[in-house]
Amino acid sequence: MSENLLKVQPIRNGTVIDHIRAGRGRKILDILGLSNSGTTISLLVNVQSKKQKRKDMIKIEDRELDENEIEKLALLSPNARVNIIRNYAVAEKKEVEIPSFISNIVHCSNENCISNNERGVSSNFKLIDEETHQIQCTYCGRKIEEDKLNFL
Amino acid sequence: MGILKRAKELLPVAKGNKKSKTLDGKILATCFFEPSTRTRLSFESAMQRLGGSCIGFADPSATSHLKGETLSDAIRMVAGYSDAVVLRHPREGAAKLASEVSEVPIINGGDGAGQHPTQTLLDLFTIKDEIGKLEGLKVGMLGDLRYGRTVHSLSQALNRFNTKFFFISPKSLAMPEHVTDVLDSHWSTHENLKEVLGDLDVLYVTRIQKERFPDLEDYKKVAGAYKINAELLKNAKSKMKILHPLPRVDEISTDVDETKHAAYFRQAFNGVPVRMALLEEMIGAKK
Repeated sequence: MSENLLKVQPIRNGTVIDHIRAGRGRKILDILGLSNSGTTISLLVNVQSKKQKRKDMIKIEDRELDENEIEKLALLSPNARVNIIRNYAVAEKKEVEIPSFISNIVHCSNENCISNNERGVSSNFKLIDEETHQIQCTYCGRKIEEDKLNFL
Repeated sequence: MGILKRAKELLPVAKGNKKSKTLDGKILATCFFEPSTRTRLSFESAMQRLGGSCIGFADPSATSHLKGETLSDAIRMVAGYSDAVVLRHPREGAAKLASEVSEVPIINGGDGAGQHPTQTLLDLFTIKDEIGKLEGLKVGMLGDLRYGRTVHSLSQALNRFNTKFFFISPKSLAMPEHVTDVLDSHWSTHENLKEVLGDLDVLYVTRIQKERFPDLEDYKKVAGAYKINAELLKNAKSKMKILHPLPRVDEISTDVDETKHAAYFRQAFNGVPVRMALLEEMIGAKK
């Protein structure tokens, strides 16, 4: 990671998201609303990687991702790594893992599901396949593939 | 299986030949946000045969639903007035949501195209009662297998009993993969009923829904293909039984009603003892 980090200016404080699946960086910026967050964001696309051949990276200055954002990130790029930077050093490394229970992050794709038609109801999913990252709505039972997620 | 056994014991009570007070003083709320005849009436009959009483509605337009009240609020309120709630609702997952906010048991009386578990229980009861067993049967399911929630739930339940399934439908209404994917037992698909009729122990017929066909001519073609009459049934095993969740339109001719194969009216009656057994299990006095 450190070699790639040198390709752009190091950040003093903030978050570096590494090992993002190539091509997913822009979507992560959109879904986490980072482009409009008022902080400086660097997006590296198609960076060479020993592990993944190609990967994307995001550097966010003066902002640390919260747990809800990390859960969203896990659904978008399950093998990503989050590095919290404080005073130019990696202060924390967070493994990104899809939680077994996912609440209020994605819409159910079934338009007739009660979770899409009742005020005040959270969408709730359980992870049913750790390899394919398929999730299932706990209300209507609809299974959703990882590449068809519709984020709230 | 305990429910099915108890339902059998309750048959004389369901028929009104014997009295029971196992649910004396209990109140069942029947909340039907969608029309229903058999499910609602059989729950109400079951409750009253066991000495309990019912409150509820069959028409949501007479409730606060139209004023914008959420299902969660309605259920919290109704749960305060009753010992159990039967809910039918047009949205999938409604009963699950209701169970999260209710202090009393929720019985799913059908949620959109989702589940209808008490129908499955009464279907199992009927098959066992008519044939004498559930294990190792050859069961044909015919008609709208794509959208029919009864055949989805029943095939999953029968999967536990080493059933051999014959799914008979036009290609456009075939059993969905999410159902067949979880079946362990042998299953096959057919377009022609005559191919398999002679093999079957049970034929479960569903109505082909006209509204699913963009072209009316296509509908007429397939609807006619699955019209069952007494003449056709000469090729069936003598003990083969026909079930149908009802209402029927013209997929089973009325001349079948008088044959030894017709079990669908007894099936509709069986909703009463099965729902009695379920209500006793959920809200009856603990033995």
